[in-house]
Amino acid sequence: MKKHLKIKNSTFTPVSAVPVVDNHQFKKDVAILVAENSRLSALFVMQRADQKLICAVLSKDEDASLTLLATPCQKEFESLTPHIPQAHMFEREMHETHGIDMIGHPWLKPVRFLPKPGSKDEVLPGVTNYFEVTGEEIHEVAVGPVHAGIIEPGHFRFQCHGEKVLHLEIELGYQHRGIEKALLRNQPHQNLRMIEVVAGDSTIAHTTAHAMLLETLHGVKPDRNAHLVRGIALELERMANHTGDLGALAGDVGFLPTAAYCGRIRGDILNTTAVLCGNRFGRGLIRPGGVGYAVDKAIADTVLERLRSIEADLISAISLIWNTPSVIARLEETGKVSLDDAIAAGLVGPAARASGMSVDIRCSHPTGAYQTYKPELSVGSNGDVFWRTRMRWLELKDSMKLIRAMIGELTAVAVAEPLRSGAAADVIAVALTEGWRGEVCHVALTDKSGKIAGYKIVDPSFHNWFGLALALRDQEISDFPLCNKSFNLSYCGHDL
Amino acid sequence: MISPLSIIFWLLMMLMAPVLPGVINKTKAFFAGRQGPPVFQLYYDISKLLRKTSVYSETSTVVTRLAPLAILFSTLAAALLVPIAFRSAGLSFAGDIILLAYLLGIGRFFMVLAALDRGSAFEGMGAAREVLYSALAEPALFCGLLVLINETSQISLSGIYEKLTTEFWLENPATLLLIATSWMIILLVENARIPIDDPNTHLELTMIHEVMILDYSSKDLALIEFASAVKLAVFSSLLVGLVFSCQGMSVLVQLAVFVAGMLLVSIIIGAIESSIARMKLLHIPKFIVGSGALAIIALILKLSGN
Repeated sequence: MKKHLKIKNSTFTPVSAVPVVDNHQFKKDVAILVAENSRLSALFVMQRADQKLICAVLSKDEDASLTLLATPCQKEFESLTPHIPQAHMFEREMHETHGIDMIGHPWLKPVRFLPKPGSKDEVLPGVTNYFEVTGEEIHEVAVGPVHAGIIEPGHFRFQCHGEKVLHLEIELGYQHRGIEKALLRNQPHQNLRMIEVVAGDSTIAHTTAHAMLLETLHGVKPDRNAHLVRGIALELERMANHTGDLGALAGDVGFLPTAAYCGRIRGDILNTTAVLCGNRFGRGLIRPGGVGYAVDKAIADTVLERLRSIEADLISAISLIWNTPSVIARLEETGKVSLDDAIAAGLVGPAARASGMSVDIRCSHPTGAYQTYKPELSVGSNGDVFWRTRMRWLELKDSMKLIRAMIGELTAVAVAEPLRSGAAADVIAVALTEGWRGEVCHVALTDKSGKIAGYKIVDPSFHNWFGLALALRDQEISDFPLCNKSFNLSYCGHDL
Repeated sequence: MISPLSIIFWLLMMLMAPVLPGVINKTKAFFAGRQGPPVFQLYYDISKLLRKTSVYSETSTVVTRLAPLAILFSTLAAALLVPIAFRSAGLSFAGDIILLAYLLGIGRFFMVLAALDRGSAFEGMGAAREVLYSALAEPALFCGLLVLINETSQISLSGIYEKLTTEFWLENPATLLLIATSWMIILLVENARIPIDDPNTHLELTMIHEVMILDYSSKDLALIEFASAVKLAVFSSLLVGLVFSCQGMSVLVQLAVFVAGMLLVSIIIGAIESSIARMKLLHIPKFIVGSGALAIIALILKLSGN
């Protein structure tokens, strides 16, 4: 085994330094790394000079490292999936975009229903072969892509025996906008706007990762206060979404009090983000080089003051959940994902932590404000809806603590200067952040003029949708909405 | 023997029925700290729906079109057999109890048939659940009635309810309390309330009652909504007649107590829905069988007492 190239989060390395091994060795090396507790953060096709390569980014928590490894991209590729299940979506993606034949992959279904490489024929999303279970008492239930609630489109196909779900198949792709390609259109001033809407509820997580990449490529170090504002915004984003989800979970089990209050409190938290930048979802706040809006002590104090009433409201609304046995009974033992399955499927974020995985980029690969302010990593044990719910509350409380600490240090920060040209040439840079759903991974590749020549985004939903399918195995079909909400994954983040 | 007063009361109850869901929703809104829809919302909804035109699925047959009428009329007929405001029911004869149970059964039968008629996977699942739960609830209802029949030596509903005086309560507090609890659970089951069903959910996969009427619109939906409100009134009046006793008082007092009792039942339903979560589907049969167990305990108490 050749010595691997290890880099740190939010740094770059010359593309030529990435070791290139043959397909067989690549498979062996990735398997060894995964066996040594590395996670596959990204696996994608990249163009190096005159050669197409398949590149893997593996993150390891123990030494805060990111391992880069590549293999020549040919017509055929020996699939990693049979030994490393977490690679299955990445390989389906590469098969779809580059027509690579993944030998040994169990089912190379389309991910986003793109036209075949080199062809322009439109492909209708959702139109494909589905896994079928046959038998006299088996019935199939199709849900979506149009849903009864105001959510994004996605198609769910259940194979049921009575109320019991034998298999759930999730087909997405309806929201595909071609963001990764659009980022290369040579209009970098538009890129930030696009990154903000990769997944609208994770604006801060994605823009922070993007900003980190550009900063490292341009050799710019943001102000300490800018880092603090980013940390505060990321935690507010986490709080708003966790609160909304706790309310929605309560609503799904028909528990009205928490459902009604959380909807309002989520609004209060979003409005607190708006105090920082005028936008409830934090659009425009993060800018490569720092922040897009000046923040001073007065603004910070307003945030702190709002946080005080939000905390009191949250405690009274959420504690109702833990004090009502009928709610707990409904959540417990529903939609379990075992630790082994979670590790094999490569789950990230609160869903992974609920199953007992201790993964959190803020702890393992800290950047910015998190180098000083470490979150308290909460880990669940059962991987059921209860623990995915509980995780939200534990993280909410921790987020409030972090925000307080960061505001304590914050003084004032001015609007960042636009980045000047002169990015590092022929390099590959990786940035990871911990969004509220989990690990957000951005990888950028520059050409010899320092222009971005390749960009890969991995939203946590890309890892976790399969976890939802696992959670539904042998569950009742009526538990699907609850399980779905406990993950609350992004459709557009997956579809890009 | 049909007395004009009982027919007037029957009409009054039909008119009042849509208030009950309104009261439930108001109660739930109060607990949630919201203002909530007006108490008379269902009247507005029904009048709006009556002015719309129906849309039918291409796969549906005449069953879908007939079902709303069958559901409405079977429910209205059932209401005619229930003693209202502590008076004899509009229609009363020996064994009318059986007719009451199966008139409601006919309504359910048509609703299930119509749900299957459209051939949707959701509606089929809802129908299967509805049939299972009502099959479990039926023996519980009859078990309770059996105790009352045994105790009062009457086999018409009006006859039984006439005997449910305050003295009767004082003599048999335990059995009556058990039956009242058991019937409260049956009321929640039959009217698709939390913890069995969630009337507010938009999640087709979890619904029971709502999913069976997903395909209905306009007048058909108005009829079904009205029939559901009447069904709630029927079960509430059975419960009110059991718990309160105003035998021999003036009509006005009886009417006042009855109306207050009906509203109280709705408020209790609202409070239940605001304080507990919906059950896991798998646990619902146990819950319903539990209500039957309460009625059976009442029966055992009664029989061992004699």
